[in-house]
Amino acid sequence: MSIRERLSGNEAIATAMRQINPDVFAMFPITPSTEIPQYFAQYVADGKVDTEFICVESEHSSLSACLGAEAAGCRAVTATSSAGLSYMNEVLYVAGSSRLPVVLAVACRALTGPININHDYSDSMAERDSGFIQIYGENNQEVYDNYLMAHRIAEHPSVRLPLMVCEDGFITSHAIENIEIEEDDKVKAFVGEYQPENYLLKKENPLAVGPYGVSGYYMEARVAQAQAMINAKQVILDVAADFEKTFGRKYGFFEEYRMEDAEIAMVIMGSSAGTAKAAVDQLRKNGVKAGLVKIRVFRPFPGEELAKAIAHCKAVAVMDKSEGFSACGGPLFAETSGAIINLDQRPKMIDIVFGLGGRDFTVAAALSVYDRLAKIADGGEVGAVYTHMGQREK
Amino acid sequence: MSKKAAEINEQIPWQDLTTGCEIYEPGTSRLTKTGEWRSRTPVWVEDKCKQCVLCAPFCPDASIPVKDGKRADFDYDHCKGCGICIKACPFDAIQWKEEEV
Amino acid sequence: MAYNLKNEMNKEERFHSGHRLCAGCGAGIVCRAMMRAVDPEDKAVICNATGCLEVSSFQYPYTAWEDSYIHTAFENASATASGVESAYKVMQRKGKIDPNTKFKILAIGGDGGTYDIGFQSLSGALERGHDFTYFCYDNNAYMNTGTQRSSATPRFANATTTPSGIESVGKKQTQKDLTQIVVAHGSPYVAQTTLFGNMKDFHEKAHRAIYTEGATFVNVLTPCPRGWQYPAENLIEICKAAIDTCVWPLYEVVEGEYRLTYEPKKKLPVEEFMSKQGRFKHCFAKGNEWTLEAAQEYVDKKWEELLAKCK
Repeated sequence: MSIRERLSGNEAIATAMRQINPDVFAMFPITPSTEIPQYFAQYVADGKVDTEFICVESEHSSLSACLGAEAAGCRAVTATSSAGLSYMNEVLYVAGSSRLPVVLAVACRALTGPININHDYSDSMAERDSGFIQIYGENNQEVYDNYLMAHRIAEHPSVRLPLMVCEDGFITSHAIENIEIEEDDKVKAFVGEYQPENYLLKKENPLAVGPYGVSGYYMEARVAQAQAMINAKQVILDVAADFEKTFGRKYGFFEEYRMEDAEIAMVIMGSSAGTAKAAVDQLRKNGVKAGLVKIRVFRPFPGEELAKAIAHCKAVAVMDKSEGFSACGGPLFAETSGAIINLDQRPKMIDIVFGLGGRDFTVAAALSVYDRLAKIADGGEVGAVYTHMGQREK
Repeated sequence: MSKKAAEINEQIPWQDLTTGCEIYEPGTSRLTKTGEWRSRTPVWVEDKCKQCVLCAPFCPDASIPVKDGKRADFDYDHCKGCGICIKACPFDAIQWKEEEV
Repeated sequence: MAYNLKNEMNKEERFHSGHRLCAGCGAGIVCRAMMRAVDPEDKAVICNATGCLEVSSFQYPYTAWEDSYIHTAFENASATASGVESAYKVMQRKGKIDPNTKFKILAIGGDGGTYDIGFQSLSGALERGHDFTYFCYDNNAYMNTGTQRSSATPRFANATTTPSGIESVGKKQTQKDLTQIVVAHGSPYVAQTTLFGNMKDFHEKAHRAIYTEGATFVNVLTPCPRGWQYPAENLIEICKAAIDTCVWPLYEVVEGEYRLTYEPKKKLPVEEFMSKQGRFKHCFAKGNEWTLEAAQEYVDKKWEELLAKCK
């Protein structure tokens, strides 16, 4: 039986970690992810887990320690946000290329500058090509569920890639919601034990990790890593299917909300989708065929599937909650545009960068986007493809 | 999946690399014959050797094999010819190969 | 057990031939000796910082190591070792590994990966007191990238970023005394050694460091023939000159207690060390006599300070 609990996103993640009882947790604090290791430290203090909990001196070291532990044969976890994730950048790539399935919880927060502690996806989007699988949650329930699936996906022999479970800083990480928590033994049975074939502390044979790879091998190594990310797609779906069978909640690469006959749609991520859904419902009452696609899995990017989901639309707005400084759109827009490029009939597309550094996203703002889409769908001009929303301006 | 280093080379396809370029066996470097780098060659003069083995720990390339407390001839597959052993020997029992001096 | 070179050399090799370090590289000697200091019945995990040693000792698919090895990046060997050591503890606690097989956790880096870019992670791991031993093969500059100065480069040394010239006599600053900084962390065992004699000094310090519980540190002056500009075969005499001039004093600090492990019969002038290496050549040019005096003055001052600590 599931248990109804009032938990913040951070506590939901910490709870999932307690249930999984990872071997090593290397922590360094940063707002807004700090609560995760704080909750966990109390579980350690209360004897609820027997994890080796180490308080290191930086995020660079927290992830480095996780790599050492993971290679040694352990399940290793950490959590971070914003500048902490940026500081890990170098080591994120090493986790990917060394194929060490560390699970990293990210409470997504703006990057400096100016320094700002609130939510957007500047941090996680900057690491989208690091070789981590990235799974985003809309609310506390999804974040908890994503964490329960994380280790199985990351550790799958055909994948062996590190994974980020992303929640929205403060909006999800700190807001308290009623969610369904699963029983400890059921979680343990679902997640299973970590049993790598080779590890540093194996007595039968040594393991050497992290070589210098000359040009004669580098390309092949990268292709193998790229294939692992492709393989992750099926594993994500398989684990989600088993999750649904076990716990009853259904997940895919993305959620399609009222998309069947939608003529105008948003592609959006995280908690903002909740706000946009309210706008969709309002429009549907008025007979407007609006829908939205909420991306859950950003890496691997479900390009083909997304293209199918939005192909029938007349106009689509991609909602980017990070600024890529490309002068032509944010990262979600680039991915979505790429996904539909070979469709014979494809929607008109615009990109809207919004919500940076915690700037509010309201139902009214979402409605204004749909209003613009409706005009484009009616044959109006597309206008500026790349715009910002919610800022004061002359 | 525990592929041997000897089966890995720059002709094999990407599918045959080990995951994450890991290696699962010890000391595979011995497959590389660094003796080819040598421009000068130290020669062991067995007659002069007192078997003090003072030369052995100073070989950066583990190319002075020692068994039962006695050194044997150089491992020329790996000796790079640095000459540290020549200076380590108190008995002049290691000398540069004459034609190379 | 008393040190016996023959017994040591009878041991199975744990840092193998075929690595790609330069001919005469001191790091190869260090690694072999470091691994001999791990008892044959024990296994080891080596955590290596990026540098000459890393690119030379594990070039895919060729590892020179008999034992398990991990390289992740330049500045994080100590953090990686912290993770391995934590894993070892928890796997023992959870009964996931055979309790009868002991693993010793070692980290090794050059002076770049230890004194400079790796300093933060080293300090963190020392403070946390993980049960591991860090070996620094200090060759006085960033050798892997071509002899750029580091904080371990001695004053007046010619490095590629501190070249001598009409307006320059090499590096302007004296080196960071990292060994003393490690002592200040309260490490239970800290030592300085180098490569000379029958390697007894190295072995005994390395063994004691590895078998002392806690975060221990061994700093090894490790000549680099290319960077120091000397004929490769002269390694031992350069190391000997370093200790006889007191440029690199040999000592150990056990639970904060200093002990000198070598006192030269006659302390030689620093020229004996500097004149053997091309990197100090400009110091012997007419008009630069003051550099030798200044170098001597610095060595004398540091030596007196050390003697006072050892009393």
